[in-house]
Amino acid sequence: MSVVINAPVIADVPSSPFVPGPTGTHITIRGLTKYFAGWPLYENFDLDIPKHKIVSVFGPNGCGKSTLINMIAGLVPIDSGEILFDGKSLKDTKIGYVFQNYREAMFPWMRTIDNIAYPLKLEGKSKAEVDRRMAELVASFDVKFDLNRFPYELSGGQQQTASIMRALANNPEVLFLDEPFSALDFEMTLFIREKLQEVFMQTGTTMLLVSHDLEEAVYLADQVLLLTKRPTKVAEILPYGDARPRTVDTLSEPSFIATKKLSLEIFQREVRR
Amino acid sequence: MDRALPFIGPVLLFIIWDLAVRLGFIKPILLPSPADTVAALVQGLAGGPLLKDFAVTVWRTLQAFVIAAVVGVPLGVVLGSAEKAYRSVEFLIDFFRSTPSSALIPLFLMIFGVSDVNKVAIAAFGALLIVVFNSAYGVINARKQRVMAARVMGATRWQIFKDVLVWESLQPSFVGLRSAVSMALVIVIVAEMFIGADSGLGNRIINSQQVMNVKDMYAAILAAGVLGYALNILFLLLERKIVHWSGR
Repeated sequence: MSVVINAPVIADVPSSPFVPGPTGTHITIRGLTKYFAGWPLYENFDLDIPKHKIVSVFGPNGCGKSTLINMIAGLVPIDSGEILFDGKSLKDTKIGYVFQNYREAMFPWMRTIDNIAYPLKLEGKSKAEVDRRMAELVASFDVKFDLNRFPYELSGGQQQTASIMRALANNPEVLFLDEPFSALDFEMTLFIREKLQEVFMQTGTTMLLVSHDLEEAVYLADQVLLLTKRPTKVAEILPYGDARPRTVDTLSEPSFIATKKLSLEIFQREVRR
Repeated sequence: MDRALPFIGPVLLFIIWDLAVRLGFIKPILLPSPADTVAALVQGLAGGPLLKDFAVTVWRTLQAFVIAAVVGVPLGVVLGSAEKAYRSVEFLIDFFRSTPSSALIPLFLMIFGVSDVNKVAIAAFGALLIVVFNSAYGVINARKQRVMAARVMGATRWQIFKDVLVWESLQPSFVGLRSAVSMALVIVIVAEMFIGADSGLGNRIINSQQVMNVKDMYAAILAAGVLGYALNILFLLLERKIVHWSGR
């Protein structure tokens, strides 16, 4: 064993100064870097996600749409970079998350109502507080099925409705939705999409939605975030401002069609690149 | 009509058995007729000496099983949730799980002597490894997404353990318990045969064989079969009741 005397001192290189996003930014992502199997998926990725808005994430296969929201939600570790919610770290932020596969997201050993109340239980809320919040949720989702059943006794759409209720139970600041409609039939997709829009209009919760259906992505969005192929960059952020509630008629509005068309063009440009 | 299907096999077996005895293919001194055997079984279990041996075997099996379950499930769940700990003892568990427990009977004889404790101890040992293995793997293979769901809702490690991992491990634990009770029964019967027992189904089977009392021997064998089958069904029913979400 030799003792190193006067070992080289490596000075802390000041990382690039933190640049806050514009006013109204909720989530600030700076210098996000993530490698997968030695290849960069994200490298020095910057993004501002606005508050009280729905942002739809859309991009080519394998560009890491889900990975992006999973990194923001803390489910996938990042290699380096900084993600702040109103200047706070994730651990000081309440978030909700809706998984694509509701079957493996709900706890089948608990009744549906207890699944929904679980985040409140974790916060140590009293029985009365939990009951009050549950009644509120049931009213705002206009639930028509029996929440005292176990999740596996419900239909897919009912289970996904319940997991959205669970994700919203403790009034999170941000709601993450990872392809929440992909495992549902068309009828249920329409129904839950409307519910989601209603809830958004009531609460204004910031939402990040990953979707593989462009129409759905635009329909729900205030902003469509289009990503490039890996290493992933922001291809374009398209604002879409049609008034809510959006309805079937929205789908034939010129503004909707224009946004969808432009999104598709950018998407195709990025896929070919 | 379909409900009769499960009975066809046993009835066929009894008919072949009966014919084999009736037509003299097998000497009655080696194989009594099914009617005689069943009569001996029913008589023996209806308050006869067979009942006492039956009860003794049940009692030993249950003791061994309870020890295995009470120690094994918590141990398995804890080992499974600390995967490094499990990896470090995995070889031992797999090795002794693969070693026929009956091969260890002489070893246990040296430790516990020719006692009742010995029979229970070795059966508990064999059953324990199965329980530990299954419970540990239940935790290790817990649905990752449920763990993630709990984590994203802000659950601490302890909350994830008690609210998700323990529950996820229930179904595989039950598979373990069911195999364990069968294993316990096998070892108890073997131990009763060869470790100076004066009671139990194993003891009864070997004693009747020694004096060529084949009717009693077959009755005891059938009784052991009934016991094993009943335990299996009991655990399946318990599993369906407790792990109600299994397979759905």
